Amino acid sequence: MMKREDCFKVLARHVSDEVVVATYSSAVEWNDLGPRVLNYFSMGAMGLASSHALGLALANPDRRIIVLDGDGSLLMNLGSLVTVGAAAPKNLVHFVSRNGTYEANGGHPIPNQKVDFSGLARSAGYAHTFDFNDLASFEQQVGHVIGLEGPVFATLHVERSRPLTYNYPALYAADKRRAIKAELSKR
Amino acid sequence: MEAMTASTGEQAKVELHGANIIAAIKASGVEFVLSVPDIVTSAGLLRPIANDSSLRLVRVCKEDECIGIASGLHYSDKRALTLIQHTGFLDSLNAIRAVAVEYKQPICMMIGLLGHEPERAPTESGRYGVRIIEPICDAMGIPHHLISQDSDVAKIKPAIEKAYADSFPVALLIGRRPLVPAS
Repeated sequence: MMKREDCFKVLARHVSDEVVVATYSSAVEWNDLGPRVLNYFSMGAMGLASSHALGLALANPDRRIIVLDGDGSLLMNLGSLVTVGAAAPKNLVHFVSRNGTYEANGGHPIPNQKVDFSGLARSAGYAHTFDFNDLASFEQQVGHVIGLEGPVFATLHVERSRPLTYNYPALYAADKRRAIKAELSKR
Repeated sequence: MEAMTASTGEQAKVELHGANIIAAIKASGVEFVLSVPDIVTSAGLLRPIANDSSLRLVRVCKEDECIGIASGLHYSDKRALTLIQHTGFLDSLNAIRAVAVEYKQPICMMIGLLGHEPERAPTESGRYGVRIIEPICDAMGIPHHLISQDSDVAKIKPAIEKAYADSFPVALLIGRRPLVPAS
């Protein structure tokens, strides 16, 4: 079992001009690693991170889109796996941090601890799927994973994190939205 | 379905042609159509759009996906139309509330009013689900336009242009089954 923040620190070393779509607890921990114009925070409608990412991927075929999803969030939009699998964007990499809880909503368990997210993604049509349980393995393979022709899916088996502060208005501030739109509209 | 002409007393057929709507969608700069099938617009809009190489159709599993996808597309200046049924609109209200209204995204929704009687105003419909659509849009501050006959099609392009100019959602309510374009 890994810590999500450790996974994100490893991932951050491989991220340059990719758009990172992060949601709820993942967004808080990814944002804590430092500001980036190309961070896109999916807030307000839980579950839609993968859908936002699909729109970004279709509009920017020459740029990688990385989704940092949560298990509770993905369960609210499982159909998006099928939609992404069918649309088959080669530039989309979808991580789900699996800690078995609705962490941003009191830490209650997800309905079924046995669900195999990577298996669901595989049957939905993702080109490559992975499961990571230890940080050394993730560190060794993450560069390869995010460079594959997608859509790519990876489950990160993580512990519940330290208590987080959820400042949603700051994460999704209008100036941040304007900045990323300006950056993406340059192309 | 039928209306009397004032001058002759003859009955003039009130029609809504899918081809006219599709032409208006294209004229609005829309590149992507995001859709869950709706029986109101299935034959007259969705099927011809699926066969139209100048529009990219993304078939989704549930209507709220459209709201996220359209938002992601908008961040790179790509225009999208969400083509759904009013039941899907109702199912997507939280996504519309957050992404479209509170975050001010130009989410353009074309919504088939399933079960609507075209001779009535939607608020007078016998169908509860139809009756509440315009009041819900009003409560959320979402502009809406009823498209029930060919003369209404002229509302589409200005409505979409305004949505993008204002960065705010719009609802285009399809009040009768569009006729299938001639092949």
